[in-house]
Amino acid sequence: MSVVVHADHVSKIFRLGDVGSHTLTEDMRAAWYKIMGKENPYLKLASENDRTSGNTAGSDFVWALKDINFEVNRGEIVGLVGRNGAGKSTLLKILSRTTTPSQGEIKIRGKVASLLEVGTGFHPDLTGRENIFLNGAILGMRKSEISAKFNDIVEFAGVQRYIDTPVKRYSSGMYVRLAFAVAAHLEPDILIIDEVLAVGDAEFQNKCLGKMKDVSDQGRTVLFVSHNMGAVADLCSRAILLKQGMILQDGDTNDVIRTYVQQNMQVKLNDSSALKDPTVRRGGGQVRFEEIKMLNSQGKEVNEFLPGDKVQIELSVRIMSPVKELFSSIALRSGRTRDLVTSTRRNTIDVSSLKEGDLVHLKYEFPRLTLRPGVYETYYWLGNHSADTAFDVVDNLLPPLVVQMPPDTNDLFLAGYFDEPFTFEQYSR
Amino acid sequence: MIIRPSGGLFDLKLKELWAYRDLLYLLVRRDIITVYKQTLLGAFWFIIPPILNTVIYFILFGVIAKVSTDGTNPILFYLSGLIAWGYFADCISRTATTFRSNASIFGKVYFPRLIVPLSSVVSALIKFGVQLILLIGALVFFLLRGEEVAPQYGYIWLLPVLLLMMMFTGLAFGIIISSLTTKYRDLSNMVPFAVQLLMYATPVIYPASVIPEKFQWILQINPLTPLIESMRFIFLGSDGISWPMLAYSFVFTVVTMFIGLVLFNRTERDFMDTV
Repeated sequence: MSVVVHADHVSKIFRLGDVGSHTLTEDMRAAWYKIMGKENPYLKLASENDRTSGNTAGSDFVWALKDINFEVNRGEIVGLVGRNGAGKSTLLKILSRTTTPSQGEIKIRGKVASLLEVGTGFHPDLTGRENIFLNGAILGMRKSEISAKFNDIVEFAGVQRYIDTPVKRYSSGMYVRLAFAVAAHLEPDILIIDEVLAVGDAEFQNKCLGKMKDVSDQGRTVLFVSHNMGAVADLCSRAILLKQGMILQDGDTNDVIRTYVQQNMQVKLNDSSALKDPTVRRGGGQVRFEEIKMLNSQGKEVNEFLPGDKVQIELSVRIMSPVKELFSSIALRSGRTRDLVTSTRRNTIDVSSLKEGDLVHLKYEFPRLTLRPGVYETYYWLGNHSADTAFDVVDNLLPPLVVQMPPDTNDLFLAGYFDEPFTFEQYSR
Repeated sequence: MIIRPSGGLFDLKLKELWAYRDLLYLLVRRDIITVYKQTLLGAFWFIIPPILNTVIYFILFGVIAKVSTDGTNPILFYLSGLIAWGYFADCISRTATTFRSNASIFGKVYFPRLIVPLSSVVSALIKFGVQLILLIGALVFFLLRGEEVAPQYGYIWLLPVLLLMMMFTGLAFGIIISSLTTKYRDLSNMVPFAVQLLMYATPVIYPASVIPEKFQWILQINPLTPLIESMRFIFLGSDGISWPMLAYSFVFTVVTMFIGLVLFNRTERDFMDTV
């Protein structure tokens, strides 16, 4: 197989804090060292990228990426996974040439296109037609190429009637569909994708996933970043797990996801570090989750189940300040659509006798799992009755619920999400 | 292709620029379309500022301060100078913030960044073209009234050359400024003031002849002097063309453009980290 991406000891250093007069003196020192033919002294000072450690005594420089080595072969779909700040996006930015590494080099064979965000360069005053051409050219297409694919793009986006209307009059769904359609019709050798699947409705997302599969079937290479383990498991045969700017594991997707899940399991809910990261934990904090456990029928803490298993979820909730009402909800999500299973938000918790500092225990029980094999992200919510105020949200911070393939299964076609009971017969009238 | 911490100093990537020529065309087209959309008078708004400025300078310099225009009709003198200068100033101001104002696009997609300032100076030609029509109209009006102006029809071929020189000098200044201001923005606060100052150091609203002998050297070293003077010579027959001076301007344009390209290419590689 031929190697199309070869990363060789790639590192990237970032400076924390503000740019000001102190950075000027550092720049001058770095320039002086360069003139003298020495290595940039600040590369040695940089510390590991651990945002949550709160270690401010170290230097102002961090390694966003440190000594990254990997190869990607033609036609592979590789998932890049890792928590926020692990360096995934920085790596994609280097690959898509919007920034450069501080050390090391990457050899790339072929044309690269990146969908770090769709619709780049769309101008609200221009019509759909004009934007297709402009956006296509920004993404590196020639005008003749765009003309040749114009009808396909419009059809894929489903905006035929609006093609000569300025895009500022489009609904947000149409806008995103058009933007993705242009990007999807690029024909790069290497396609770089960062979480674009979070847009559009379910039907459109499936269209996008189908397009990605087409791309790899044509022998093109896809690098795919996502927090969505379901989508990664679906699409990628190989995954790379990044942690604090370094490669922790590189191999079979299922193994890598297992490691990722175990890593995440070590996040303690009452650990202050998890609370500091607002991208994963939201809410007013009047009431907080203290412990969330997923148990099997024997009461053992696990997150892997078989279809038909009993699943119990035990929640311990601490009242931090008095609230008038308290409701809880949980959801299981899939990457392709959003909520697959929800408990609804009407699970009332009696707060009449509760005071500050009290611990409340809640239990959800699913007697028999009807979910098909797959990876389902978890979502836990505490809030008020009208659901307009959240006290605490643990969104995809804890390990997902994994439904494994039953060992004795012969039915290879297990697509879909639910085992809805049905009967089948052949009959004559 | 190899992605490295830093490429060669003189790797100007002009070949890549050529591959993206369609983008240049489409960006210019976008600028044209968006200017006219949802305005009733469209391009009319381009000719208001030079008219107002001409009136102001006519009153201040012509009527109150009584600065000579070497016998040329003062309205035509100011109008031609201001329109020519306006294009040059436009080229600088539209490109001086290239990196900062396009950071959101540059951060997501790679394409040769130079396309963006290049498209800005080309679209600025539209405004110049509209103002040129105003100037020609004024010229015809004064010619019909028997005013003493003598357009040099034999030198019209020189006009595009002068425009290109202005375009690239402005572009060079603009990309140098934008490269130097991604990290430290101090310099960009100076740009409007510096452009204004440069205008006063160029014979735009006065003829070179009113400047005392001991200050003439400022006009002599200013590479824009021959450009403005030659343009005015073509339109009005005043001033004159000095070929050695024009050659000096040409060399200046080429050198600054080269410096600009080198700086710009160094900056575009990783300005996203510091912008």
